[in-house]
Amino acid sequence: MSFLLELWAFLRIRKKFWLLPIIVVLVLFGGLLLLAQTSVAPFVYTLF
Amino acid sequence: MRILGISAFYHDSAAALISDGEIVAAAQEERFSRKKHDARFPHHAVAYCLGAAGVPLDGLDYVVFYDKPFLKFERLLETYLAFAPQGLRSFRMAMPLWIREKLFQRKLLVEELRRHDAGFDGRSRLLFAEHHLSHAASAFFPSPFDEAAVLTMDGVGEWATTSAAMGRGNRLEIFKEIHFPHSLGLLYSAFTYYTGFKVNSGEYKLMGLAPYGEPKYAQRITDNLIDIKADGSFRLNLAYFDYCTGLTMTNGAFHRLFEGPARRPDEPLTQRHMDLAASIQAVLDEVVVRMTRSLAAETGLENLCLAGGVALNCVANGKVLRDGRFRRIWIQPAAGDAGGALGAALAAFHLFQGQPRRPQAAGDAMKGAYLGPSFTQQEIETRLRAAGARFLVLDHCALLQACVKALVEGQAVGWFQGRMEFGPRALGARSILGDARSPTMQSLLNLKVKYRESFRPFAPSVLREDARDWFELDADSPYMLLVADVASGRRRPAAPDEARLFGLDRLRIQRSEIPAVTHVDYSARIQTVDRETNPLFHALLSAFRQRTGCPVMVNTSFNVRGEPIVCTPEDAFRCFMGTEIEALAIGNCFLEKQQQEGSLKRGYAARFEPD
Repeated sequence: MSFLLELWAFLRIRKKFWLLPIIVVLVLFGGLLLLAQTSVAPFVYTLF
Repeated sequence: MRILGISAFYHDSAAALISDGEIVAAAQEERFSRKKHDARFPHHAVAYCLGAAGVPLDGLDYVVFYDKPFLKFERLLETYLAFAPQGLRSFRMAMPLWIREKLFQRKLLVEELRRHDAGFDGRSRLLFAEHHLSHAASAFFPSPFDEAAVLTMDGVGEWATTSAAMGRGNRLEIFKEIHFPHSLGLLYSAFTYYTGFKVNSGEYKLMGLAPYGEPKYAQRITDNLIDIKADGSFRLNLAYFDYCTGLTMTNGAFHRLFEGPARRPDEPLTQRHMDLAASIQAVLDEVVVRMTRSLAAETGLENLCLAGGVALNCVANGKVLRDGRFRRIWIQPAAGDAGGALGAALAAFHLFQGQPRRPQAAGDAMKGAYLGPSFTQQEIETRLRAAGARFLVLDHCALLQACVKALVEGQAVGWFQGRMEFGPRALGARSILGDARSPTMQSLLNLKVKYRESFRPFAPSVLREDARDWFELDADSPYMLLVADVASGRRRPAAPDEARLFGLDRLRIQRSEIPAVTHVDYSARIQTVDRETNPLFHALLSAFRQRTGCPVMVNTSFNVRGEPIVCTPEDAFRCFMGTEIEALAIGNCFLEKQQQEGSLKRGYAARFEPD
């Protein structure tokens, strides 16, 4: 819950409400990807 | 007020602890875990910092993380959106990691910190500082200046890749930023990758390789890859890079532009790679000098502070110094992400809490960067005995004389004294030393001690009072972050047949009175050693000068290729036994290789993944 409040505060301060639906979709999509059990190892440089 | 700063989860995890603004302790996790560039939460470094300050975690007022994860996630999402549908593969790699842990970094940090104090309250005592603010704070607050312009440049933080700030007293304001994907650090790293070195550790090699080449491709780089404005701001042409959407730094267009694929690490280096290294170094120098010129004009200030990974490029730093727009330059010795831990703590103290800066006594507040663990003489003897070492315990004078004798005889000497350095450079606390006058020392150290590429140069340590006699340097360089030429009077002109050599063959030329530390273009990455900051190392250099007339020594980090710099006496003894270091001084203990038990000699370098 505190995470959601913090995320909401972040979107409000950054004035980036338009990111919210994208975050929801991507997080759901990303959640599915979690099942694939991939990792970040192949990155040459961990930008993310 | 006690504050702990932490950097973690990307590369070079570290912890730093300040008490009422004084830097008490700072160390990188890799030194304890023995894993180079360790990115895990820095449990060992945190435990060390708490121990050094003599406080438990609940005795701290705040813990500060050096980066803002939500901002980084925002950048990640917007980047994927901007490039969609490209980048799906990268997205598939990155998202699970974020959803599993990085997005919930507060929770993750609290869980990790609760291993040190089960009752740690993450809601009220855990703060976050922006990545470039952390870098800027690490550059300005420990500097000797009351006011200064601050320039930070790196690969990328959250959005910023370059930022310009003004510091005055306990205030620090960033007034200009360049954002991802336009990044000087990533441009340099793209060439690091393209020339076959490891990104994030091979940049130093690329810089060292540059003097062997000619900047033949510089024009091609500025015509195609980077648009540099008069004030040094820049835009990259993303058509040539893969890092926004792919898993590598460069793409096919980049390879076509430079007429070939990226070098594989096992392929030989050719003149073309050296020319590429020289070219990107020339472009980097140009951008950094333009940026500092415009910063000087804009702020009207005389002092400049630098941090961020690009500030470890001491060749560019030397160019800025000689450009003369700023009267004085100070560079954070832990300019990379490890230093972000210190900067985050300082930002919280001065900026978030509004606490005043302490008046600087002399020099800076970094204590010579000697902020890591130290060991008492008794601890050293106990640990060495347990490791099976045979040693003599010598008094101060005898120890110095024994080391000087070994150095003059052409031996590599391990030098382990006092507190370990914070930052990537060994500054006379965890160093391997050699006679800079020896024409064979560079190849001995590269091939038989460090097990690394033969082209790589070594850096000199010089008595501060003698630096101007030996180098064309008009400033102190206590952290080995400025490059300057060997004084012309100390150089040796090349013979006609030598002048015809090019590429790595130039290594054979004896270029000066101190060939072991004179790079092929007569440059040297200098550490000036002063009596106040490191009296013992100063005394050793003085004893060496008394014996030889030369106040210069080779000073390289105490490790082999791919190994973190040694931290404990046991680490030092293992490295000593596994390499051709002939003598080792740890505290007052003096070890000679020939006196050691032969069975303790072990193959060593192969244990570490090449960097």
